[in-house]
Amino acid sequence: MTEPATARGLPAGADTVSVLAALRWGLARDLAIAFRSRNELVVQLVFFVLVASLFPLTLAPEPGTLAMLGPGVLWVAALLSSLLALPRLFGRDFDDGTLAQVALSPRPLPALVSGKMLAHWLVTGLPVVVLAPVLGAAYRLDAAAGALLAASLALGTPILSLLGGIVGALTLGARGGSGLAALLALPLYVPVLIFGSGAVAAQAAGLSASPHLSLLAAGLLLAGMAAPFAAAAAIRIALD
Amino acid sequence: MPLWRDVSFAVPWGSALLVRGANGTGKTTLLRIVAGLTHADAGVLCWRGAPCAPFAPPLRDDLLFVGHAPALSDELTAAENLAALASLGGDDASAAAVRSALDLLDIGRAAGVLARALSAGQRRRVLLARLALSARRLWVLDEPTTSLDDGAVAWFEATLAAHLARGGVAVVATHLPLRMDAARRMELVL
Repeated sequence: MTEPATARGLPAGADTVSVLAALRWGLARDLAIAFRSRNELVVQLVFFVLVASLFPLTLAPEPGTLAMLGPGVLWVAALLSSLLALPRLFGRDFDDGTLAQVALSPRPLPALVSGKMLAHWLVTGLPVVVLAPVLGAAYRLDAAAGALLAASLALGTPILSLLGGIVGALTLGARGGSGLAALLALPLYVPVLIFGSGAVAAQAAGLSASPHLSLLAAGLLLAGMAAPFAAAAAIRIALD
Repeated sequence: MPLWRDVSFAVPWGSALLVRGANGTGKTTLLRIVAGLTHADAGVLCWRGAPCAPFAPPLRDDLLFVGHAPALSDELTAAENLAALASLGGDDASAAAVRSALDLLDIGRAAGVLARALSAGQRRRVLLARLALSARRLWVLDEPTTSLDDGAVAWFEATLAAHLARGGVAVVATHLPLRMDAARRMELVL
């Protein structure tokens, strides 16, 4: 019997069209799932708000102290809430077998993974970027500092999702994986934290914040290029 | 300790290899190797004559793998899950095609039900509905008829026969009897 023809609609190879289609697949599916389980997202956001609002309650309410600590505290809160959402990125798909289907599909895996990471940032990072300047008011941050904080978070939180994706993929299948992921991810997050909160601190000291923001942007570009491939490789190892 | 040594087979176009064996003899492991998910300790897997590493694109282009894991997301409905899986593989994922595939397996009524509310048999049917949508050349199916009733097993046998008649190839692990054309059937006992 001769080889049968296929009626597959996917073009072969990893050209721009198939990469974008794969990215859209990961994005659309994870956004739909996130929308269905939106109560979990609310929990994560409430966690962020609570952590961020504990400090003004416990610290001396002097405007100078609060404004000085505010950016750092909000950045740490953003980082912790990003960690809280980390197991959702790949963990469930790994457990229910979807990740094996994703890895075995003809679509390029790094692009599928990018779509999932982008969805993860949209539902966990973007709300934090929007909320941070509002919470900044509790720390007596002025409008300019609040805007700069939002800008640094907008550049920095996608890096958290990208690095978190690598770590989440590396710890797939490990017992106590989410605790291990947090331990592995935190040291990787430190540079992001330093440049992110440093931007607001530099501005408060009368210096330019642009070196910090430039470094964050460079980090974002680097992580955006490398992380999908690293996470894809880690997923393949985890499935073996 | 190796699971097995000297396992060797070639499946011609239009044939199905049935992998049999008691629990724990490595049926699932063999299927995972054939699907390109797992490295074999030794030996080669060839697809259309060319050696294939795990996750190699030529194999992925032609493969439909249905494993033990349900591969259904609890938060999506049966129809959404099926559409996502079909579109992932580049198969026809239009609403009409998905609906008719679900109807073929008699679960059209459950199309809008979240996957977490489906019974084990219904989940299995959603997965098998992928076979109706797929035009892939290689089917690798792990215990496809588990938790299915007689009607669904008959549907599966007919669908597999049609796939083989088109010239497709299948590797199926099963310990339940499967009625099929003896000329298209090969057996491997582990």
